[in-house]
Amino acid sequence: MEKEKSQKNASREYKTVQSVSGPLIVVSGVKGVSYEELVEVTVSGEEKKRLGKVLDTSDDKAVVQMFAPTEGLKTEDTKVRFTGETAKIGVSKDMLGRIFTGGGAPLDGGGELVPEKYLDIAGAAINPWSREFPNDFIQTGISSIDVMNTLVRGQKLPIFSGAGLPHARLAAQIARQAKVTTGEQFAIVFATMGVTFEEAAYFKKEFEATGALERSVLFLNTAADPVVERIMTPRLALTVAEYLAFEQDMHVLVVLTDMTNYCEALREISSARKEVPGRRGYPGYMYTDLSTIYERAGKVKGKKGTITQIPILTMPDDDKTHPVPDLTGYITEGQFVISRDLNTKGLFPPVDVQGSLSRLWSAGVGEGKTREDHAGVKDQLFASYAIGREARELAVVLGEASLSDSDRAHIAFADAFEKTFISQGEREERTIANSLDIGWNLLKMVPRDSLKRVKSEMVEKYLK
Amino acid sequence: MEKKSQGTIVRVSGPLVTVTGLSAPKMYEVVKIGNAGLMGEIIELTGKIASVQVYEETAGIAPGEPAEGTGRTMSVELGPGLLESVYDGIQRPLSVIEDKSGSCYIARGIEAEGISRTRKWQFKPVVKAGQLVSEGDILGEVDETEAIVHKIMVPPGINGTVKTIADGSYTVTDEIAIITDSEGVDNTVQMLQYWPIRRPRPKKEKIFPEEPLITGMRVIDSFFPVAKGGAAAIPGPFGAGKTVTQQSIAKYCDAQVIVYVGCGERGNEMTEVLTEFPHLVDPNTGLPLMNRTVLIANTSNMPVAAREASVYTAMTIAEYYRDMGYSVALMADSTSRWAEAMREISGRMEEMPGEEGYPAYLSSRTAEFYERAGFVKCLGSDGRTGALTAIGAVSPPGGDLSEPVSQATLRVTKCFWGLDGTLAYRKHFPSINWLNSYTLYMPNIDGYWRKQIAEDFPEMRSSAMSILQEEAKLLEIVKLVGMESLSNEEKLTLHIAKVLREDFLFQNAFDKEDAYTPLAKQYQILKTIISVYEEAKKIVSQDEFEFETLLEVASVKELPDLRKFPVDESDRYESFRGRASEELSALKVSA
Repeated sequence: MEKEKSQKNASREYKTVQSVSGPLIVVSGVKGVSYEELVEVTVSGEEKKRLGKVLDTSDDKAVVQMFAPTEGLKTEDTKVRFTGETAKIGVSKDMLGRIFTGGGAPLDGGGELVPEKYLDIAGAAINPWSREFPNDFIQTGISSIDVMNTLVRGQKLPIFSGAGLPHARLAAQIARQAKVTTGEQFAIVFATMGVTFEEAAYFKKEFEATGALERSVLFLNTAADPVVERIMTPRLALTVAEYLAFEQDMHVLVVLTDMTNYCEALREISSARKEVPGRRGYPGYMYTDLSTIYERAGKVKGKKGTITQIPILTMPDDDKTHPVPDLTGYITEGQFVISRDLNTKGLFPPVDVQGSLSRLWSAGVGEGKTREDHAGVKDQLFASYAIGREARELAVVLGEASLSDSDRAHIAFADAFEKTFISQGEREERTIANSLDIGWNLLKMVPRDSLKRVKSEMVEKYLK
Repeated sequence: MEKKSQGTIVRVSGPLVTVTGLSAPKMYEVVKIGNAGLMGEIIELTGKIASVQVYEETAGIAPGEPAEGTGRTMSVELGPGLLESVYDGIQRPLSVIEDKSGSCYIARGIEAEGISRTRKWQFKPVVKAGQLVSEGDILGEVDETEAIVHKIMVPPGINGTVKTIADGSYTVTDEIAIITDSEGVDNTVQMLQYWPIRRPRPKKEKIFPEEPLITGMRVIDSFFPVAKGGAAAIPGPFGAGKTVTQQSIAKYCDAQVIVYVGCGERGNEMTEVLTEFPHLVDPNTGLPLMNRTVLIANTSNMPVAAREASVYTAMTIAEYYRDMGYSVALMADSTSRWAEAMREISGRMEEMPGEEGYPAYLSSRTAEFYERAGFVKCLGSDGRTGALTAIGAVSPPGGDLSEPVSQATLRVTKCFWGLDGTLAYRKHFPSINWLNSYTLYMPNIDGYWRKQIAEDFPEMRSSAMSILQEEAKLLEIVKLVGMESLSNEEKLTLHIAKVLREDFLFQNAFDKEDAYTPLAKQYQILKTIISVYEEAKKIVSQDEFEFETLLEVASVKELPDLRKFPVDESDRYESFRGRASEELSALKVSA
């Protein structure tokens, strides 16, 4: 598609670094440097090339954003090579089972990869006309997700978490258990941005110990790795995911953690560029930038594979209106919210089912996908749980004695719902049928005439 | 009239490209950028230096590459074939882009005509040779879809005598008429016409709108109606149901033509619209919805400059159908993304920022946009009228309405449907907050309501709204001291308010029966609830009356079923009211 470019611009080398400031370098006296072009920078006496890309190019100078730290860079004796190509990653099916750095270098001691082809990491926008509406179920084995906020193949559904909450364990559990019930090939692409060493090590260990690694590709950028590399990491992961999904017919689940760190890297670069800041210092184009990541999920006409995304982000001070969760929520199709309250009660996974939302759930459930009673039992559990929680609040104000029998039954239901339905332990994998049955079992606790959201035939059939 | 000129690129910064050497560059002129021929538009001129916003991804473009000024300003193509189309932000059909790209991704530098040049249309003239015509007059008609007759109009600026007029099957570029003006100059007219997107299409005059746009959504139609030709804003945090509300209006409202622009929104959501609309039936005509719809999809990851243009493209197409005398509804989801696109471009041009980095001209651009809505007397000598209703979603960060885009929008729209995150959390949909939403169109449509629906409709609305206001106050008290402290009347208010909320305002957009309620039925439900309330008030105020007895009355128990009565059985409401009255009077303690 874009062959003309590489022929047009042969690579050129300059030694005219004018300034270095944070992750940005300015090279003067350049000719014909193209926008977004990949740049290799070598300091004299060093072997290693550092990569960057062109952010702004004019007649005589180019602004380059580095993906590697600028430590040790000099304005003299530094070679800058403009490659004439945009950043690419070599992909192959052998990447499954491998672990890479956030910049794409092997991290597991395995050999260099023999790529089948090189793909542009920026990715192009999918034509909305070529998309197909996501409508197939992914089973995560977690009741609060599968039943209440069903994940659908091709969806992007983030986890909104907070500091000190167990999102990492939840992410690992999803990665371990996720499968498509139709038996096609399933793969995980897992990328970390700016997480701690412990967290990265935890993921590595989890994947290795449980055998999930075989069907996974890991990109690990930790807090110790260069900040600017974080801009690249999710794009590398998604490029590999696109290759596996659209060229190798696999259903791919992409987990990106932690998007808050990604956004902070974006802010750092923006401030280095002296751009006019938007809300809380984040750049005004952050919405657009995030959309070029999240919108790479989807299902496309004529392709067997799909890309589903679970980005994870920590909300500073549990604030949903912070720019990172806020802009994310405007792009993604719903969100899972981790509840500090449930976590304090010692329940796992502490998913706030009411605050969570899967916009595409209805397309993924029902007969032939999950089970005929799914929508009804879900609505009923939501309704009964809401009544129970309301009654619980009322009991605090007015005292339990002033409540009706039905209200008391609903409080008992809400407690049991949290303890046995939402909470299920880290190693427990439930099939969708199993989860639905647990739901029915709990509904026995509330008066039968309060079951208004589910069809009575279903009640007859399933409420034994 | 189109003069091409060659220039050279001197700088590339994201979607903003600087060009020199164009011979006579003008504002908003379309420029082809680089060897790839990407489409862009001049948005600033300083001497010979032109700043061009580019509608496609600029990766790989380098200074030194050529730029070609096309001499024409950014325009849309207007003519038969617009309906049922699905465009990107600059009116390229997405299906053609798919064919030319050869993949599911959008390739660059694709040129695609907005309207098919090969398709033939049956043109039926309505004027004869020798007849005097002026701008805006209808020359002939084309059956564009089953639902819409496309009127071919004399383009603005042309007046004179019809020299020839065609009759038969033609493509949009065939000559269908020649009009000789007073100076004897012949103007050829084809079905295809162009109009610059940033210039409002001319009309005779704006008139005061007096008819409501009926959407079938109870909270909108009965509580916060918008007039045909009015402007409304739907702000709300994510997850509150902006898009579902917009789509619901697009599906069921009684406008004749719908232009829906997905501006910087989700890809899958657009796909949902694309897959759903062809199968949905317009409740007003019984024909497929697509027959009356133009879709413009510029998703969030598509180039940002095209997002900026997409709302203007949509507006111009909407105005074109308005000029034919149709009632048109324009749905823009979401205008915040449009404003952000402006901000991004403005930032790249290093303009002095206004509030939160938005350009200082944000509010004037917003006002200009919404002012293009209106109920108008169209150009042309037949005195026809057309309406353009603009409904814009706003996505305020964190749901906070004090931010610039919401504020700029609220100043120019007279109808505000405030979506509420708390209601959405409680799964109350549509989550339009009945306490803080408003409409300023009530005086306009008061006459229509009284004449077309019922003399006391406006009163029913105010009674219902004051019950809900009262409820909000009472709930505060209940929180503090409990239900017991309330009087019987207050308990009744709470009960009726609950019915209003749960069984009138709550509406399930995914339920086929419930999604659309005709206005007359809305009135009947409202009237019945209010009359039960009035009757019951007399009963519960009696001394020693046990409030719980009231809740046992059959008709009070059955209030939630009112919305389920079939549309064609409107007399059931009358008899329900009669029965309720009897049942309630039976509770009267005989003196």
